[in-house]
Amino acid sequence: MAPQDKPPMPASATGVGDRPQRKSILDRHKILEKNATLLLVVSFLVVTVGGIVEIAPLFYLENTIEEVDGVRPYSPLELAGRDIYIREGCYVCHSQMIRPMRDEVERYGHYSLAAESMYDHPFQWGSKRTGPDLARVGGRYSDEWHVAHFVDPQSVVPESVMPKYAFLRNAKLKPLHIDELLETHRLVGVPYTDEMIENAEADFMVQIDPDGDTDGLLERYPGAQVRNFDGEPGMSEMDALIAYMQMLGTLVDFSTFTPDPDR
Amino acid sequence: MSDKDKKNEHGYGTTGHEWDGIEEWNNPMPRWWVWTFYATIFWGVLYTIAYPAWPLVNKATGGLLGYSTRAEVAQQISDVEARNAELETQLASADLTQIAGNDALQNYAVQGGAAVFRANCSQCHGSGGAGVQASGYPNLLDDAWLWGGTIEQIAYTVRHGIRNEQSPDARWSEMPAFGTDEILTDEQIGQVVHYVRKISDQDHDAAQAAAGEAVYLDQCAGCHMEDGIGDPENGAPNLTDAIWLYGGDVASLTETIHDSRFGVMPAWSAEYRPAGGLSDSEINAVAAYVHQLGGGE
Repeated sequence: MAPQDKPPMPASATGVGDRPQRKSILDRHKILEKNATLLLVVSFLVVTVGGIVEIAPLFYLENTIEEVDGVRPYSPLELAGRDIYIREGCYVCHSQMIRPMRDEVERYGHYSLAAESMYDHPFQWGSKRTGPDLARVGGRYSDEWHVAHFVDPQSVVPESVMPKYAFLRNAKLKPLHIDELLETHRLVGVPYTDEMIENAEADFMVQIDPDGDTDGLLERYPGAQVRNFDGEPGMSEMDALIAYMQMLGTLVDFSTFTPDPDR
Repeated sequence: MSDKDKKNEHGYGTTGHEWDGIEEWNNPMPRWWVWTFYATIFWGVLYTIAYPAWPLVNKATGGLLGYSTRAEVAQQISDVEARNAELETQLASADLTQIAGNDALQNYAVQGGAAVFRANCSQCHGSGGAGVQASGYPNLLDDAWLWGGTIEQIAYTVRHGIRNEQSPDARWSEMPAFGTDEILTDEQIGQVVHYVRKISDQDHDAAQAAAGEAVYLDQCAGCHMEDGIGDPENGAPNLTDAIWLYGGDVASLTETIHDSRFGVMPAWSAEYRPAGGLSDSEINAVAAYVHQLGGGE
């Protein structure tokens, strides 16, 4: 068939073309194309619809976050450690999200559940793994290992490219504004009670003191680990960060909980 | 306005737009492009029917294929388990001392154990199993075993760990901090250090070592034995070999005796760490791997 014998494409397929006499939808579309403000408003409406369809159901669908026993808000010390984690940009190299894939489950442990990061503001799932995933690092190494590793990662893992964080040992940490930190998290939906906020400073200090009165702390934050994490007297940023490391991924008891496979 | 009747050599007119005399031919999109475009729309519709997609009242549509990532990972894991079922069952319930006699099982255990070791143990014991010298992470390649080097003892250590709060049956012993707790004076600690250097065949001050012997027999022999060969029941290391977990120089020995050491190994059984621990067969596999590294008893 010679090119000139080819019938022209219908206007609807090309978007432009020989206009029929009747005012088509494309003619009406011209009004949008020729009116920048109207185009902006209508584009916004279209994007809003897309957003509502994609985001709004997450707030009401029952299967978005399954209910899991054991997940609790972070203790004040763990929360302070989490802030150091964020401050140092750990998330740039470490994810906290074990995906439901065989290789990840076999290496890191049970895949992460949405509920396990429900009190994370912002979440630390990450998207880059220069280092390993940390979602279940809690209990995997001893405190001494963490100290040695933060001080000089290559001393225990010679092939590691992680920078040194030895200064955390010397950076003393005071519970300044710790109650306000908890209040801020309450503001965005973490269920910290008044009692937790009142006792924030005491709970913060007692978590590194196994000889202290830890009853209140353990009642408010079940499963909180109480140890002198860095092995040195006093509260350092190292204590807080290791307290955070050692609780990651340990709250859900997977011996009694089996996730619904259909989610 | 442009000339509405103008046609190009393919027979197509202009779009009718004209800017300062510049016009635009109304050539159609290539057919392959248009049909690919329609095909992607069609594919998109089919995809949302086949796979989970549209949010409804309580949950999203599940899709006709019934796909779920969780079901898929469970399926993949059970497929692998089914393929290895025979060896896996044998390994989980094996009499550990018999594994080495069964070539197929030994091969499976050592290969699988090597993978478990690399993912879970190498961070402390090194990717080759040599530990970190003088830092408290034991070398697994030599003949010195703190808690015993038979395959059963290794498996127990892996399962329960050492001095942790995770397993109630963790291996546990605690050397007193002789200096910090003021059990010995600094002078006595200095004497014992030289005695320990004497029995390990290192340079020492003979007079101090002689004085240290009495202190040693009084305070240390209970765990480290009178001749210093240690006791794997208590995790007490042999002091007469040249192998030092925290260093054998005067300063390190003084620190060890003065402040004590408290090396911790996590419990690795999934019983104590359900989300990230090892199964029975994985524990047996890694024990078989470590046992054959060179130092197994």
